[in-house]
Amino acid sequence: MTKHGVAAAHIGAAVVAFAVASLMGVLQALSMADISFPMRSESLYYMAVTSHGVLMALVFTTFFAIGLGYAIAREALGRQTGTRIGWVGFWLAIAGAAAAAWTILTGQSSVMYTFYPPLQAHPLFYIGATLIVVDSWIWVGIILFSYRSWRREHPSDPIPAPAHAVMATAILWSLATVGLAIEVVGMLIPWSLGWFEKIDPMVARTYFWWFGHPLVYFWLMPAYTLWYFVLPHIAGGRLFSDKLARMVFVLFLLLSTPVGFHHQFSDPGITAGWKLAHTITTYAVLYPSFVTAFTIIASLEVAGRMKGAKGLFDWIGKLPWRDPFFASIALAIIGFAFGGFGGAINAAYAMNALVHNTAFIQGHFHVTLGTTVALTFMGASYWLLPRILGRELRFPAVARIQPYLWFFGMTIFSTAYHIAGIRGLPRRVYSASLNGSLGGDWHTLTVAAAIGAIVLFTSAMAYVFVVAATWFAGRKIEAPAIEFAQPVKPEPVAGIWDRLGMWTAIAAVLVIIAYAYPLYQLISHPRFGSPGFKPF
Amino acid sequence: MNVDLYERIWMWASGVILAMFLGAILIPAATAGIHPSSHVETVDPTTLATHPEFGTGGVTANSDGSVVVSVAASMFSFSPDPIEVPAGRPITFRITSSDVIHGFQVVGTNVNTMAVPGYVSKTTVTFDKPGQYAITCHEYCGVFHHEMVGTLVVK
Repeated sequence: MTKHGVAAAHIGAAVVAFAVASLMGVLQALSMADISFPMRSESLYYMAVTSHGVLMALVFTTFFAIGLGYAIAREALGRQTGTRIGWVGFWLAIAGAAAAAWTILTGQSSVMYTFYPPLQAHPLFYIGATLIVVDSWIWVGIILFSYRSWRREHPSDPIPAPAHAVMATAILWSLATVGLAIEVVGMLIPWSLGWFEKIDPMVARTYFWWFGHPLVYFWLMPAYTLWYFVLPHIAGGRLFSDKLARMVFVLFLLLSTPVGFHHQFSDPGITAGWKLAHTITTYAVLYPSFVTAFTIIASLEVAGRMKGAKGLFDWIGKLPWRDPFFASIALAIIGFAFGGFGGAINAAYAMNALVHNTAFIQGHFHVTLGTTVALTFMGASYWLLPRILGRELRFPAVARIQPYLWFFGMTIFSTAYHIAGIRGLPRRVYSASLNGSLGGDWHTLTVAAAIGAIVLFTSAMAYVFVVAATWFAGRKIEAPAIEFAQPVKPEPVAGIWDRLGMWTAIAAVLVIIAYAYPLYQLISHPRFGSPGFKPF
Repeated sequence: MNVDLYERIWMWASGVILAMFLGAILIPAATAGIHPSSHVETVDPTTLATHPEFGTGGVTANSDGSVVVSVAASMFSFSPDPIEVPAGRPITFRITSSDVIHGFQVVGTNVNTMAVPGYVSKTTVTFDKPGQYAITCHEYCGVFHHEMVGTLVVK
């Protein structure tokens, strides 16, 4: 193993979680469509939804983001301090993930990845999740200490742009996980251990969404880091704007936390004015994604023109569509356009009532998390693994087809669920006919989604196969260098977007403004609390 | 900031689009009071069975023509069920839960809110079309979550 051992370990664990979660995904889609398979049951279905959600949204993403962040920061800063502590964090997280997964797979924690109380999981479910977060905090510390070491040697240089992106992600994650820590350590763990009997579901839910939306950006920002700083290089071009890249990451740091009420539009206990305030910040956080769309596509046009394209659109044909990294990310970007449209609908305050908690939401996060992020991470594996393992990619022909297969399957899957949701199908149901009396076009749409899910599962297994074959049977080579895209115009000096200390302070103030008073309101009226329930 | 001309145009255009999106939300909210259900009221979920309003739930017609429907959600049913309401009159649903968090969605309408133990959700709607509507629970509440279906009859 190369100097990137701790990064590779995290990515390996992420891929294992992804493999298990993929199987759980296809079982759910079949069940919703009332397609029978051996062992199909209600409890298996809700266990599968929980394990798919936890393993994909929390384990796969977090481990991958940590591994990728370690590798990118190490290359960009030329160092990594505290690698040994990073290994301690890794094994804590593995222990935590294994404990949580055991309680889920044995049916003791079918509480979904949102684990809303008063549904009560096994205590090890919450403790295991906490250990994963502890690893992520160690990761934040290592990134920031590595930066400090770099800064001492480069007192006035601009932060290397890829490291700037990883740092913004790490700081955002620190702000977000405060909410989670209060909920899980302060409320759920003692409650699940029986130290106190009752819990306030609305307070817990509000802390959860303080964490839950920036979680989305914790997935997305590593993907954007690759789009900005690696994709243009692989495409043979340059980064169109270094400065705007930095601005985008700072805007995400500022705006992606004070938005959580857009997940709680239908909740009682929170006044309309505060929901409206979070709506405004929610639309504001779309802005950096709009800017990203321009910068990335302009960078690709630069690449096409550097390869000799002359006309208005022929630069598109000059791009390396047969490179699995490039193809994955290009398709991920197309997916994100649709994800953005759907997101704007979900965020639309009153219009959300049409789609809230319907299958539309399942469709939505499968084009965002399931396409934009997952496809970027899969493509990133093909690029990164030879560089951090020192092994040649095995079965490149499979890797070349796999992203297209994923995109094709996801288009069927998510389109079907978007439509079913607009027609009122609730999300996360064992059968689309519900109690047997309903169905009609819901059934047809979920059958279409199940076909999409089978295609997705095939693609997922192709990905896992290529990764495993590369890892264990790839020809040993000298690890190719991790190279970043050069900007068209590099930043000569550190500008305002490099003042991450100041931006962190402003971001913290925004979180306090967004949450202090609504939380005070929630805890100031008469409260009764709920005992735990385990209806699974 | 020194930004490429085309990119500057794009950034301004993005800003204008977002301002239009927000305007489409803020103006109806300010002028027509269009908000999602955001009622603030608490109730003890552990004694809901003996609660005067939510013990059995029910439909109350007021003298001004409005109707209040009190609904208690619990694993895995809504009470009362079926719910019968008149067409063409404002119906206010007051919803809570006696155990875990449930959802309350009248399929094909704008009625879509949460049923959270300890809290009362409130949403008002006028049904123009008489007929039978399905009420679904859209928040996972346990192993028979999908069977939690109620009926709304609009006459």
